[in-house]
Amino acid sequence: MIVNQFLVLAALLFSIGIYGVLVRRNAVLVLLSIELMLTAVNINLVAFGQYVQDALLSGQVFALFVITVAAAEVGIGLAIVVLIFRNRSSANVDELDLLKW
Amino acid sequence: MEFTDWIADARNVVFLVIAVAMIGSAVMVVTSRNVIHAALMLVVALAGAAALFLMLGAEFVAWTVVLVYIGAVIVLFLFGIMITRAPTKTDSVRLDHKRRWPAAIVALGTFATMATVTTMAFEDIPMPDGVSRTGDLGDVLFSRFVIPFEVVSFVLLAALIGGIVLARKDQES
Amino acid sequence: MVMLAALLGAPLASPETAHLSDGGVLAQWAWLIPVVPLVLMFGIVFFGKRLPAGGWELAEAAMLFVAVYGVALLIMNASEGITYEGSIEIARIGSYVIEWGWVVDGLSIMMYAVVGVVGLAVFTYAKGYMKGDVRFTWFFAAFTMFAGAMLVLVSSANLIQLIVGWELVGLASYLLIGHYWEDHANNAAATKAFLVNKIADVGLFIGVIIIAVTVGSFRFTDILNAVAEGDSALAQVAFWAGLALFIGAMGKSAQFPFHVWLPDAMAGPTPVSSLMHAATMVTAGVYLVGRMFPLYQTAGFAVDVKAIMIVVGALTLFLTGLIALVQDDIKKVLAYSTLSQLGYMTAAMGAGAYTAGLFHLFTHAFFKGLLFLCAGSVIHAVHSNNMSDMGGLRKLMPWTYRTFLVGSLALAGIFPLAGFWSKDEILASISFDSGHDGGTIATVVLVAAIAGAFVTAFYMARAVYLTFFGEYKGHGHPHESPRVMTYPLIGLGVLSAVAGFANVPGVFTGFTEWLAARPVAMGDHHAEAINFGLAGIGLAVALLGVVAGTRLWKRDAATQQARDTFRIPVLYPLLANKYYIDDLYLKGVVGPIKGPIARFTNWTNTYLIDGFVNAFAAVSVFLSRIVYHGLDQRGIDLAFNAVSSATGEAGDALRYTTSGKIQDYAAALFAGAVLLVVGFLIFT
Repeated sequence: MIVNQFLVLAALLFSIGIYGVLVRRNAVLVLLSIELMLTAVNINLVAFGQYVQDALLSGQVFALFVITVAAAEVGIGLAIVVLIFRNRSSANVDELDLLKW
Repeated sequence: MEFTDWIADARNVVFLVIAVAMIGSAVMVVTSRNVIHAALMLVVALAGAAALFLMLGAEFVAWTVVLVYIGAVIVLFLFGIMITRAPTKTDSVRLDHKRRWPAAIVALGTFATMATVTTMAFEDIPMPDGVSRTGDLGDVLFSRFVIPFEVVSFVLLAALIGGIVLARKDQES
Repeated sequence: MVMLAALLGAPLASPETAHLSDGGVLAQWAWLIPVVPLVLMFGIVFFGKRLPAGGWELAEAAMLFVAVYGVALLIMNASEGITYEGSIEIARIGSYVIEWGWVVDGLSIMMYAVVGVVGLAVFTYAKGYMKGDVRFTWFFAAFTMFAGAMLVLVSSANLIQLIVGWELVGLASYLLIGHYWEDHANNAAATKAFLVNKIADVGLFIGVIIIAVTVGSFRFTDILNAVAEGDSALAQVAFWAGLALFIGAMGKSAQFPFHVWLPDAMAGPTPVSSLMHAATMVTAGVYLVGRMFPLYQTAGFAVDVKAIMIVVGALTLFLTGLIALVQDDIKKVLAYSTLSQLGYMTAAMGAGAYTAGLFHLFTHAFFKGLLFLCAGSVIHAVHSNNMSDMGGLRKLMPWTYRTFLVGSLALAGIFPLAGFWSKDEILASISFDSGHDGGTIATVVLVAAIAGAFVTAFYMARAVYLTFFGEYKGHGHPHESPRVMTYPLIGLGVLSAVAGFANVPGVFTGFTEWLAARPVAMGDHHAEAINFGLAGIGLAVALLGVVAGTRLWKRDAATQQARDTFRIPVLYPLLANKYYIDDLYLKGVVGPIKGPIARFTNWTNTYLIDGFVNAFAAVSVFLSRIVYHGLDQRGIDLAFNAVSSATGEAGDALRYTTSGKIQDYAAALFAGAVLLVVGFLIFT
């Protein structure tokens, strides 16, 4: 196995996640795409950790933290989406444009 | 290294299969018209990621992904979908923007840049073998990285409280 | 006489051999002489009203100081001639030095003594005369300033200082003539005096400028040294400079035709007429000629001006004397008499008689000053200037009568009073001149001078008889003046009697030696002995005048005045209207200036000068309008406005980037990050 294969795969997943973030109109689906991006990051981290053969296993530790924070973030994010849905009875991201010109 | 040499390694074949699955499911996540399908496709992608972690020798991380991500986060998502009454069937309401090409360009640009960079930097460098022991990970986690560990636990606490506060019904008093 | 001479230590021999000293301490401190009156003048101005005598004390103290100092210097000069000059440099303009100097030599000392003694008498007299006047303190302040200014004039060591003193006495004259300014006629008289003097001063300034530029210095010593050395540059301009200076002198000393201001100046209080317009200020012109005498006397310089001088003097002495015959105002009689005597002094200077002219100045100061004070005494008692309101005052005002008589006889030139000696010396000098440089002109002048002596005695006799004899024609109760006024009269009377003995040719010529104490020799002729022939003619003519006057006016003054008008039909109106010269000036000079010339000047000012300025302004306004509208509004402002509107429109265009949609922001973020990375990769 070469290092690059993991990196390229992670890059691909990341880009797909970007596409999803930018394209999806449902807030929940945007969060889903963000999860995809974070997963790609995790793959990158662990791959680099293994490549470097760190004695402290910092790549894996970092990945664990990312997972944890992602979980917390999803919780909050969904809570916010729920609130917005209650206010506006729609989870459409396009409609959240009050800060426009 | 030539592709034929690369594919000769059995592990790389496994990798390729998993990668294709992951990519396919990821594309489904971002393009599916059914929200539930998108969430479930993410499950597949996450499972693939866990498999990759196993290949990279990060066992604990792999099982954590399965437990936390697939087990909790996706469930959370499904609850969220339910509460926000997102359309669970395929219907005429479009889930995507009309103009998708700017996003495509950006995504493509990002991938191209990153792939080029990594390829230029790590051309054929092999990945070392080795499985890391969970015990070592635990040691490290509670010695060297104990403070970030505690901080992250606070983050979780904050998220917990925040989530409860945000999502509860308005108190009519 | 000889003992007196020995007492004063003056040698009886030729005057030029008197040795000259530097005057010691007295001369070094002589700068106080002009300064003390000026300082005390300020004292009067600031404190006068609070003092018990209204400031008169300070004025009298000033004159007492000057009189004592002047006489002391005179005595010292008599024993050993002083020539001293002190100076302090004030400023430098280019190569010219402006100094304050004080000269202590024979001429200056004589003037100090005259100003001091006569001034003391007049100031004492004025205390009584001006009593009760509403502007008593101011009067003495101005009078003291006059004294100080006159002393500045006669002590000046350079032409600039002389001009300063000259102008200041002119100012004092204006202020004092116009003392009773409630009557507009007095203001007019003061203005007339000032203006006529100012016109003549043009000559003075031109003369000073020519001399100073040629010689390179204003100092008298430098100028007279240049004359003594025969400086050719000065010799070329000397005639014009000398003539110009003489014209200035003519104004101040009221020579024909600048004499018109002096009779009108009688509008001032009598002490002013006495001190300024008889004894001192009007003699400033004669003094100037005396100071610059070598310029007129040395061959090759301004010698030809003397011919003009002598003719002018002769005209003045004769013509003005005639006018005195027909005046009713006693002060006007004395004013024309003063003009006549000034003519004598000028004629003497013109004949090259430095000593004779100044000797007459000396004696005239005493008896004319006295005559004015007596006239003032009479006017004060009778409350009228006109002799037709007087008469018979001989018994009512005995001391005034006696002193007036002494003064009149001295003026007429009766032996042995002062006027006899000085007038005789003038006649002798003119006669000498007629035999030498003066030629026929001098002979004619001599005849005029002798005739003038007759006229002098004639009109003074008239004045005495009309005022003091006959019966009192007025309405009030005249009485003798208080002692403060009569004592000065007596003092001056004594001086009028004996002053003539200061210079008896061949016997005692102290005055000549005193005057000769100067750094440069004057070069005038000194008579070796009394010219008995000429003296006899002069005395006879004067007695003739007295007798004629007595015959005409003694018996009945009133009817004689009436007969005067009928007796000389053509001559009387001519004299009464002062040869119509005032009318000539008024219609010929003042009228055109007030009328056409003033209108022309106004037109030039309004249309030419103002028009020129206005044109400039119009052009400026036009240019500024162009700059504003064209350059500023359309050019510069346009640039600024364009920038600001471009900024606005750019903002308008760019605001659509804030769509409010998160995904758009996210897209921008990712795109930007990618671009940065690419850029980073490419350029490093």
